[in-house]
Amino acid sequence: MVSTGRKKGETLLKVENVSLRFGGVKALTNISLEVKQHEIAAIIGPNGAGKSSMLNVINGVYHPQEGKITYKGQTRSKMRADEAARQGIARTFQNIALFKGMSVLDNIMTGRNLKMKTNFLQQAIYWGAAQREEIEHRHKVEEIIDFLRIESIRKTPVGRLPYGLQKRVELGRALAAEPEMLLLDEPMAGMNVEEKEDMCRFILDVNDEFGTTIVLIEHDMGVVMDISDTVVVLDYGRRIAMGPPSEVRANQEVIDAYLGGAH
Amino acid sequence: MDFFFEVLIGGLLAGVMYSLVALGFVLIYKASGVLNFAQGAMVFFAALTFVSLLEKGLNFWAVLVLTLGFMVLMAYSIQKLVLDKLVNQPQITLFMATIGLAFFIEGFAQTLWGTEVHGLDLGIPDEPFIVAGMYISQFDIIAALLAGVLVAALAVFFNKTRIGRALRAVADDHQAALTVGIPLQQIWVIVWAVAGVVALVAGLLWGSRLGVQFSLTLIALKALPVLILGGFTSVPGAIVGGLIIGGSEKLAEVYIGPYVGGAIEDWFPYMLAMLILLIRPEGLFGEKHIERV
Amino acid sequence: MLYRECGQFKSSYKSDSSIFPILQDKIGILSLLAVAFFVVPVFANEYWLGSILIPFLILSLAAIGLNILTGYAGQLSLGSAAFMAVGAFAAYNFALRMPGLPLIVDFILAGLTAAGVGILFGLPSLRIKGFYLAVATLAAQFFIIWALTRFGWFSNYSASGIITAPPIIIFGYEFSSAASRYLLTLSIVSVFALAATNIIRSSVGRSWMAIRDMDIAAEVIGIKMLNTKLLAFAISSFFCGVAGALWAFLYLGTVDAQAFDLARSFEILFMIIIGGVGSILGSFLGAAFIILLPILLNVFFSLFSGAVHADTISHIEVMIFGALIIFFLIVEPHGLARLWQIAKEKLRLWPFPH
Repeated sequence: MVSTGRKKGETLLKVENVSLRFGGVKALTNISLEVKQHEIAAIIGPNGAGKSSMLNVINGVYHPQEGKITYKGQTRSKMRADEAARQGIARTFQNIALFKGMSVLDNIMTGRNLKMKTNFLQQAIYWGAAQREEIEHRHKVEEIIDFLRIESIRKTPVGRLPYGLQKRVELGRALAAEPEMLLLDEPMAGMNVEEKEDMCRFILDVNDEFGTTIVLIEHDMGVVMDISDTVVVLDYGRRIAMGPPSEVRANQEVIDAYLGGAH
Repeated sequence: MDFFFEVLIGGLLAGVMYSLVALGFVLIYKASGVLNFAQGAMVFFAALTFVSLLEKGLNFWAVLVLTLGFMVLMAYSIQKLVLDKLVNQPQITLFMATIGLAFFIEGFAQTLWGTEVHGLDLGIPDEPFIVAGMYISQFDIIAALLAGVLVAALAVFFNKTRIGRALRAVADDHQAALTVGIPLQQIWVIVWAVAGVVALVAGLLWGSRLGVQFSLTLIALKALPVLILGGFTSVPGAIVGGLIIGGSEKLAEVYIGPYVGGAIEDWFPYMLAMLILLIRPEGLFGEKHIERV
Repeated sequence: MLYRECGQFKSSYKSDSSIFPILQDKIGILSLLAVAFFVVPVFANEYWLGSILIPFLILSLAAIGLNILTGYAGQLSLGSAAFMAVGAFAAYNFALRMPGLPLIVDFILAGLTAAGVGILFGLPSLRIKGFYLAVATLAAQFFIIWALTRFGWFSNYSASGIITAPPIIIFGYEFSSAASRYLLTLSIVSVFALAATNIIRSSVGRSWMAIRDMDIAAEVIGIKMLNTKLLAFAISSFFCGVAGALWAFLYLGTVDAQAFDLARSFEILFMIIIGGVGSILGSFLGAAFIILLPILLNVFFSLFSGAVHADTISHIEVMIFGALIIFFLIVEPHGLARLWQIAKEKLRLWPFPH
């Protein structure tokens, strides 16, 4: 699989000197990175390097003690989760954060929540505006279900699905928001070769067709080197390299971090 | 000023008794993560059983042993019939199960022993001391002392004995405790039995103060604000929480009560707890819970 | 064989998202409603109408209210009866002090009052979760009942704080017979149940369930915690408030604040646990169960007429309630509603075993 030469745009996300601590534990120290519009950026690093924390800071689940985040030209000291959503950032989680009590269809429909405008009174009556809105968004969601090829399980409660399918549903929920930037936390973890290829194809298609900027955390080096435009390497909460895959691959520090050279 | 201290001390001493009930909650929560809504029912059952057996003419100590036996049996049954079947269920499910348990125990106690109110005379003198011009109830002081002894005994038990250590291990991490060979089910029976003993002591003290009647179950409800203040897992927290609730409740009743029609004891501790939660959602002594995503 | 969906294909999203997608279910519910509206009031006697069906319907409404808050939005509440009390006393005061208003408006205003109080006591839910929130709702329960009892204004300074409902006159027709009160209650509860079902299957309902299942993920999607939680409190309290007003006006006629005490809150909680948390059908099933159980027990014990004392019977009832709660939590945490669903699934295969 070769990444197509996508036209990269302006800087969409800029993280400057961000530090994050939990009590005495330093999750991130003085991290800076930049992601351009329409590109696919990968964050890699050994376990515990702070990759998930980085994503959490970007979309406001964690608030950093220091540093700035600039998104779409607006600079702030921390992002708020619902603000991030409204700004067009969507994400998936490492440990699957689906709503276990609902079906696949309903889970993906919640992804449309920000776009649904009817109030509870209209919904209580249902016939009229609320029903029209439900059906309109159902159309959109069915497109995503079609795209991800999960039609047969759309009414199944999410808790009953195998891991790989749950991950696909979670991607669907993120896509439902029609995001400008998609944060994917280990989207291919625990998948076999075929499932990985499918997921790769979905990610590339999303980037291709909709121009969605993608930031993903991934351990599979083959995938990372193949599809990303930029790679950011973290180790012990610090950035040790950033650049195109070919550069990063040859970087001595990176090799040391993975193969255990002297720290 | 004297009156203020009199009320305060009376409240603090009552607070010690609240702590006693809260202690039962803390024990069970520490070891099994279950908030035992049935603690109040257990207090009621223990007191009622004790008093009923006593009235049948049996010797005081025999009755004490018998009632203790009942409580241990109850702990064992609860473990086998309820807790075992609900392992791994979310906390809220277990909490609701204990609500069901509370109703069951209350109904059972009254089916077994009837509904009359019983007086309970433990032989503790009731005349007040007069200290520095203030009336202080002798009964309250002795009750506080007894509670103190119990807490100290529990502290020794937890920190110095093997079983106590096992209990603390279980409270920290069930899985880890299992992997080092600690028999989880047995530990839980022990914990519930100890909580039963605490319930008995609380029941006897409260029972001789108020009479043994159904309203004893409501004392447990008062323990909830105590737990919120003191944290669900802290023994010293239960004590401090109890003192705060007891003291503030009495003071509020006496000083604020008359302006708003009285009987604010019913809701004051809850409002206080709620206000504290707004400032510190983990309670005064609780641990901050960081969710990992 | 009867219950197969063979040949029932949905060709539009509209029909796929209807409340009763299976034809047999549609027929079932329509028949049930037809019987409830046209057959029951003609054939049922006064005892059944006035003492069983009406309280059943009203408590179902309260159970739906609690289900919205606790079952769908995941906010445990032990104070639902207090909101019923607010509704009852508010309706009384509106009817008393603004006599020109139609009774239905009094009920709506009562619901709105309860919703307002609900929002107030729901504010802590942004900071407080789980058990802690339950304790805050206990604060609401105790405080509200105390306030309604202590401050005579609420009960128009009547002795022992009792309020007496005025005669029910709507559009000039007086609803005094048990049958008429039953029909009015049935209509109101049906409308509310439909409204609740509609909200649940729309985006508001989904946002509640999202908060219940994983609130961090919900926030990340853009669901606003405070607004969504407060809306749940408001709508839930509205339902409970109207239920309280109906309780005072259409069922008991005279009521005091103690009728809405902690025991009543627990009763409603038990209804949704046994009936099925997070299920509108479950609210009805649970209410039916709780109402019918004492009657069944009384009938059962009257077989041993006199051998068992009346008091003891009520204690045994309490024991059985407690045991049933535990039983349902162990065996079927999703309650009677789930058992009903399982039965229907078995029906689809019947008479084949699999």
